[in-house]
Amino acid sequence: MTTEMLIAIIITVIGASTPILIAALGELVVEKSGVLNLGVEGMMLIGAVTGFAVTFTTGNPWLGIACAAFAGMASSMIFAFLTLSLSANQVATGLALTIFGTGYSSLFGQAFTGRPITPFRSIFPPELATDPVLRLIFGHSPLVYFSLIMVVAVWWFLTRSRAGLILRAVGENDLSAHSIGYSVIGVRYAAVAFGGAMAGIAGSCFPLLLTPQWAERMTAGRGWIALALVVFAAWRPFRLLAGAYLFGLVMTLELYAKASGGAFSFLPAELWASLPYLATILVLVLISLRRAGHSNAPACLGKPFMPAS
Amino acid sequence: MTIITRRTALKIGGAGLALPLLGSRAFAQDEPLKIGFVNVGPRDDNGWTYGHYVGMQALEEEFGDRIETTFVENVAEGPDCERVLRELAQQGHKLIFATSFGFGDYVIRVAREFPDVIFEHATGYQRSENVGTYNARFHEGRAVIGTIAGHMTETNLIGYIGSFPIPEVNMGINAFTLAAQKVNPDIEVRVVWLSTWNDPAREADAARALIDQGCDILVQHTDGPAALQVAEERGIIGGFGQGADMSAFAPNAHLSAIIDIWGPHYIAATQKVLDGTWESGDSWPGLAEGEVVIGDYNEKIPADVVEAAEAVRLGIIDGSIDPFTGPIVDNTGTERVAEGETIDDAGLWAMDWYVQGVQS
Amino acid sequence: MQWKLEKRPEPSRTMVYAAPVLAVLLTAIVGAAIFTAIGYNGVGAVREIFVTPILNPLKWQDLGIKAAPLVLIAVGLAIGYRANVWNIGAEGQYILGGLAATAVALSTRDLAGPWILPLMAIAGVAGGMAWAVVPAALKTRLKVSEILTSLMLTYVAIQLLNYLVLGPWRDPMGFGFPQTPLFTADQVLPIVVPRTIVHLGVPIALVVALIAWFVMARSLFGFQIRVVGAAPQAARYGGFSANKTIWLALMVSGGLAGLAGMLEVAGTFQRMVPGFPTNYGFTAIIVAFLGRLNPLGIIFAGFAMSVAVVGGEVAQTTIGLPNAAVGIFQSMMLFFLLASDVLVRYRFRRVGAQPAGSAA
Repeated sequence: MTTEMLIAIIITVIGASTPILIAALGELVVEKSGVLNLGVEGMMLIGAVTGFAVTFTTGNPWLGIACAAFAGMASSMIFAFLTLSLSANQVATGLALTIFGTGYSSLFGQAFTGRPITPFRSIFPPELATDPVLRLIFGHSPLVYFSLIMVVAVWWFLTRSRAGLILRAVGENDLSAHSIGYSVIGVRYAAVAFGGAMAGIAGSCFPLLLTPQWAERMTAGRGWIALALVVFAAWRPFRLLAGAYLFGLVMTLELYAKASGGAFSFLPAELWASLPYLATILVLVLISLRRAGHSNAPACLGKPFMPAS
Repeated sequence: MTIITRRTALKIGGAGLALPLLGSRAFAQDEPLKIGFVNVGPRDDNGWTYGHYVGMQALEEEFGDRIETTFVENVAEGPDCERVLRELAQQGHKLIFATSFGFGDYVIRVAREFPDVIFEHATGYQRSENVGTYNARFHEGRAVIGTIAGHMTETNLIGYIGSFPIPEVNMGINAFTLAAQKVNPDIEVRVVWLSTWNDPAREADAARALIDQGCDILVQHTDGPAALQVAEERGIIGGFGQGADMSAFAPNAHLSAIIDIWGPHYIAATQKVLDGTWESGDSWPGLAEGEVVIGDYNEKIPADVVEAAEAVRLGIIDGSIDPFTGPIVDNTGTERVAEGETIDDAGLWAMDWYVQGVQS
Repeated sequence: MQWKLEKRPEPSRTMVYAAPVLAVLLTAIVGAAIFTAIGYNGVGAVREIFVTPILNPLKWQDLGIKAAPLVLIAVGLAIGYRANVWNIGAEGQYILGGLAATAVALSTRDLAGPWILPLMAIAGVAGGMAWAVVPAALKTRLKVSEILTSLMLTYVAIQLLNYLVLGPWRDPMGFGFPQTPLFTADQVLPIVVPRTIVHLGVPIALVVALIAWFVMARSLFGFQIRVVGAAPQAARYGGFSANKTIWLALMVSGGLAGLAGMLEVAGTFQRMVPGFPTNYGFTAIIVAFLGRLNPLGIIFAGFAMSVAVVGGEVAQTTIGLPNAAVGIFQSMMLFFLLASDVLVRYRFRRVGAQPAGSAA
């Protein structure tokens, strides 16, 4: 295999992984605050259609991404209001949010099918990305750099900032955090809003980074992979980065194996397609074997906040 | 016990169940004929379902207010489609087109309940007294674009993005490859199966993988334009629209397209139902009948290549060319069709092998 | 002056019944307003989605068929959720149940007798349980979250299904399409209400829900489940093993999902196809919560969900409401139902007239 080919594969893998990584980073923060939002897929679809519609109408992909973030955040507020203010069940509300996002995006998107946009290309001058190795550094969409910056930002926020400490405290023991005087509901609202914005941006990756069109249900289940990834990564941002690229690699390698003609054809395609999911289970097992029964999950994950008063 | 007259049955919400009991088969000519379409995808899929939607519009244009149409989208292949079919029949639809293969069992089942309703099932093979089937010979179009690809490729490597290895898709792969090899025997076709009809991001990634492996022409048998957009971005020689003209998505890379035109069949079937002459049967027309149409050729295709493609197209239309003329050897080395022979329709529908030069 | 939520001393009995009614009314009013505002027939949509399926007797059979698998799966899930066991992979267990039943059907094609269906049912239950063994074992031995393992296995189940119907189980007489042969007469569920499509699965789902209600309310097993879920510490002192409860909960929910899979494949599909997974496993999670994890409530919730689905199809065929709009109506109803739940546990009280401190 030539270097050229290797770099081509890596660039495709990074592209395929980026929306999953961005959505999972958002969900990681949500879960760290003790909330489980299963509506990622729905919020991503809302972000995808908004990102496409705004970019198509204004011709400005930056504005498209910003509006996708806002739309994702707005839809997450439905979830936040129901689960945080009204203590509705988080699993059921998240699933309902996905149904809503699917319906909303296809209704809103009807006006935009069959229309192309220009893909959101590199922000660096093309002269920088002539050599394959340079392309590996400078040849990506801005969304890829955004995802990498966010990995560091989320890591710093959770481990080094005071606000991150409060957020984790709320996720680990909401009653104690409440008794010290922190607003548990307020913190969780903020976390869910962040998760919604990230899911919206992740959705906008589909028309802006992967395939410059709008198609109904174009996220095709990747929101669920993002959810799996958070657990796969044991709620750690850098492990999330590695996990997202590993998922992308498994998904993409299958295509390259088939495209190379014959190699790997002894494995049924269905087994290839199952690998990311089997790998997640395997990693979950390995983590708990090593940590002797402690999975690093936030203690309050998915439980409504019920102060005694 | 209440006696259900036709009028009260209508009030209850649907005349469908009552009508067979009354044995009425004639249509009141002053009432418009209600025609239903059941589709597996959304009308905005830029491909398969969109093609049927355009066909329905042609139908409406032809018959005006003599007909009334209903277009139902996103119907899952399973019990959901049985319910929708029955619902349409109960609402008084007298002609129902089911446009996905997976609807077959349910069409047959519901048709048994509503003997006075006529059903037509696209891409299926199960028929009965009031169920007909229809399809189009898309593989004839594949032979034309295969000719173009054979002339244009420089790497002799063509990427083919497939959905599921079913006969319809296999026919396309083989017809394409045979036509391309007739021009250039060294052609190799690499197939990537995606196990989905509609996942644009994955189609795009498959296109990237194929281009990275040296393919300079892409063909897809999935629903959307994603692969063409990648071809455009990467600047390879090009690809082809599937089901509809997709040049808007890739003005440079879009070499031509295989376009499904369902309108003529819908108009013919409706006319027969209105005349009372409809009979169950199978309709499988192709280029000759205008149900499969080749789109505009891209300006960058040299004139002699256009000429060669046109020769194949016209040859298929006048019957002098059959895309599956022997000798055909499959990719395990077995001879499938002897010198001078062709494959009959039953043989086409059983196609589970690939010709030499196909790697899947 | 403002309103404040205040926890009721005990759940309101009135609100248990009034809240869902209020939610549906709100959905109807808000939905009609929004859809009228954006240019659809809002009032018509509400009528067709929420009223027609209930009033039109022709639709009752569809409601039963659609609700049966939802109720069956949701009852199993509810038992688990009561014990704090979060199986969200019922879809996978449902698929495995269908596959196991299909395996029996395919190996008894040349045999006849009334014993085949029970054997398929046993296989279905076993298949669903087998798929729940992995989450149960990993949860009890390694404390791995069952939420994720059960969800991951759903995707593996879908791939297994694709592999089987595209490969070893493909009907040799089916023109290469990815599906098994049709089941024989002895492998298909009998119709229990003459002249309808209501098969044996509908009464089975009802009976299972009633038994589950009785067991949960009256038996030691039900008590154990509730105690482990509500107060794990107390349960340990009471001598109830948490691990045993996890196993029981996952086996019951997996087994019932598997049974639902068997009833679907033998009742409505009558052969295995790639379209077999229809999201029943995920929809049932919503049904379980709408029914407040109570088997009797789940019967009503499953019915309400079916009304929204069947009504959505009616609205598509009668007033041409797009499928996407139907999805918005359904999710709106779920949002309102989930929100109205708060009225059962809380009440609104006016605060502000008195000092803020005393309101706490």
